[in-house]
Amino acid sequence: MPRIKIGAYVEDFVNWSYQELGAILDAISDAVTMFVSGVEWLLLAPPAIVMAAILAAVALLVRRKGVAVFTLLAFLLVDSFGLWVATMETLAVVLVSTVIAIGLGMPLGVWSSRSKTVSVTVRPLLDFMQTLPAYVYLIPAVFFFGVGLVPAVIATAVFAIPPAVRLTELGIRQVDTEMVEAANAFGAHPWQIMREVQLPLALPTVMAGVNQVIMLALSMVVIAGLVGAAGLGGVVVSAVTQLDIAGGFEGGLAVVILAIFLDRVTAALGESNR
Amino acid sequence: MIKAEHLFKVFGARSDRAMALLEEGHSKQEILAQTQCTVAVRGVSFAISPGELFVIMGLSGSGKSTVIRLLNRLIEPTSGTVRVQGRDIGKLTDQELRELRNQKLSMVFQHFAIFPHRTVRENVGYGLHVRSVQESVLEERTEWALDSVGLGGWGEARPSELSGGMKQRVGLARALATDAEVMLMDEPFSALDPLIRRDMQDLLIRLHRDLGRTIVFVTHDLNEAMRIGERIMLMKDGELVQLGTGAEILSCPADDYVSNFIADVDRARVLVARDLMLMPPAIARVHDDAGEVLERLESSGADASYVLEQGRVVGVTSRKLLDPAVRAGATKLDYDLINTEFRATGPDTLLIALCPLVNAQRYPLAIVDGERRLLGTVSSEAVLEAIANRASEGEHVCPGSRSEPMSRTS
Repeated sequence: MPRIKIGAYVEDFVNWSYQELGAILDAISDAVTMFVSGVEWLLLAPPAIVMAAILAAVALLVRRKGVAVFTLLAFLLVDSFGLWVATMETLAVVLVSTVIAIGLGMPLGVWSSRSKTVSVTVRPLLDFMQTLPAYVYLIPAVFFFGVGLVPAVIATAVFAIPPAVRLTELGIRQVDTEMVEAANAFGAHPWQIMREVQLPLALPTVMAGVNQVIMLALSMVVIAGLVGAAGLGGVVVSAVTQLDIAGGFEGGLAVVILAIFLDRVTAALGESNR
Repeated sequence: MIKAEHLFKVFGARSDRAMALLEEGHSKQEILAQTQCTVAVRGVSFAISPGELFVIMGLSGSGKSTVIRLLNRLIEPTSGTVRVQGRDIGKLTDQELRELRNQKLSMVFQHFAIFPHRTVRENVGYGLHVRSVQESVLEERTEWALDSVGLGGWGEARPSELSGGMKQRVGLARALATDAEVMLMDEPFSALDPLIRRDMQDLLIRLHRDLGRTIVFVTHDLNEAMRIGERIMLMKDGELVQLGTGAEILSCPADDYVSNFIADVDRARVLVARDLMLMPPAIARVHDDAGEVLERLESSGADASYVLEQGRVVGVTSRKLLDPAVRAGATKLDYDLINTEFRATGPDTLLIALCPLVNAQRYPLAIVDGERRLLGTVSSEAVLEAIANRASEGEHVCPGSRSEPMSRTS
């Protein structure tokens, strides 16, 4: 069996694009940094207790009282660990990565729902992305964007794209064909049908996708601590390397609290829109 | 209004090959086995006049739902043309097609297809919303449409609050609101309870009469087809089997398939006097020679004859009355030989209403027009035969084995 050097080809490609796309990469890097710092600033501007109350209010708005009480107490606990800033940094990265993942994934999902060719092409790609170990995403990200915040956001966003594409496509395909036929029969334009009939009716499924994207982003953000991103990832990674059991547990708990909060709030969005 | 010519629709990737096999006369099953293509519609032609209520009838898989979707190009025909008001819709651009659907052809769906995320008013106004009409016009039209279907005041309701029958009223109102001249209805009442279905049929018949729209109505229920349809197109395996009025199909079924099909129809509510009446074997006029009238009766084998005066029916005479009178020397058919008490009815009387009338007298029932001119007679035997589900053979003239589908033009 001759040695097929796929790894070498990929490396060549990455090298080539690094040289050719330098300017674009710098622009992306600047934009991501600015975006994340902006969100971070917003989250850290009020004192911890006020921000915790705001997050609890968000939970109350879309969920029952219990979730709101949990949110308030849990975030105050995080503050008492001294992990408030790290948690908000992580939240900022998750939010920005989610916006990027949805911004790329949802249009691709819409396109896949409209074209069988696109759907058939995209599906194995998504399968591939979802089976690839999470760490692998870090390698090209680090190569293109160095270490720190930016590769973490990029790797997280790319890692979180698949559910946005899949569930958008699924949601649109699941819309009753008679509904689409009815809109067609009254002379609506395909984009009007997408906007007024297919997307609204697909919304619960699409929101389930958004929920998945956020949870995946959160799971990736911790791994992104390996490439020097600040936030809870960094806390957990340094605790692991120093065999600091107490610090590792508290960091892990903060991640879990953030996960529960994000899951409950975004899962509710899909349901309340029925 | 709508003219369809030689419509074919083959579903599947290898439709070219399937069309070639079709031309060689292969059956639907053979083509499915050879090409994995489904022949849904096979060489169907018909024409629908303005204001007609045209029913497409067939069992599931007969291609009826495909045919109605070919009329507004929700499905592209594999070959053949559809003209709406003379325009070949196959040649329209996407934009023109959308305008045509919006302005000329509205549609009502089997499972209502009411948008659950819009209010009843927003649903009813959807066609106008697509047309971007002024808000005030939209409001006025939707209000009118809701009133027409008996849903006035329900505009702000959510579809989830409505029953099935009410949802389909919304579907009907949505089709009415656009003022489209043609309404395509794909099994609109199949998903409803029988009682509600009857109400909806009555509503449709009333709306058709009041608004005069052209309606193409798809159903698998022959009784429904007979009840509402002016003309019925019967389909089987994608082919047109028979096209004609309900009475034509009942009295002259094109083949065994149709005969079996109509076996269950309640003929008493479909057939009318016109379908059963025959020309009387003998007719007499007041002041005719009494002896001659008697001879005519005897030679034709009839017992009685209606008597006309200036073209109008005035009474009936019979051998029983004439025989003794002629022997006694009567020469003229005068009023003392005419029984002026007889039953007559109009040509549109339903068979079910004819039964008591024919049994009330010994001679055939007179069928007369508004000016009491004799159109024909219906005997009690004819009524019995019709109810017993048999066309009286040889006496009705069936035009060919199939009626000509192109006999009416739009």
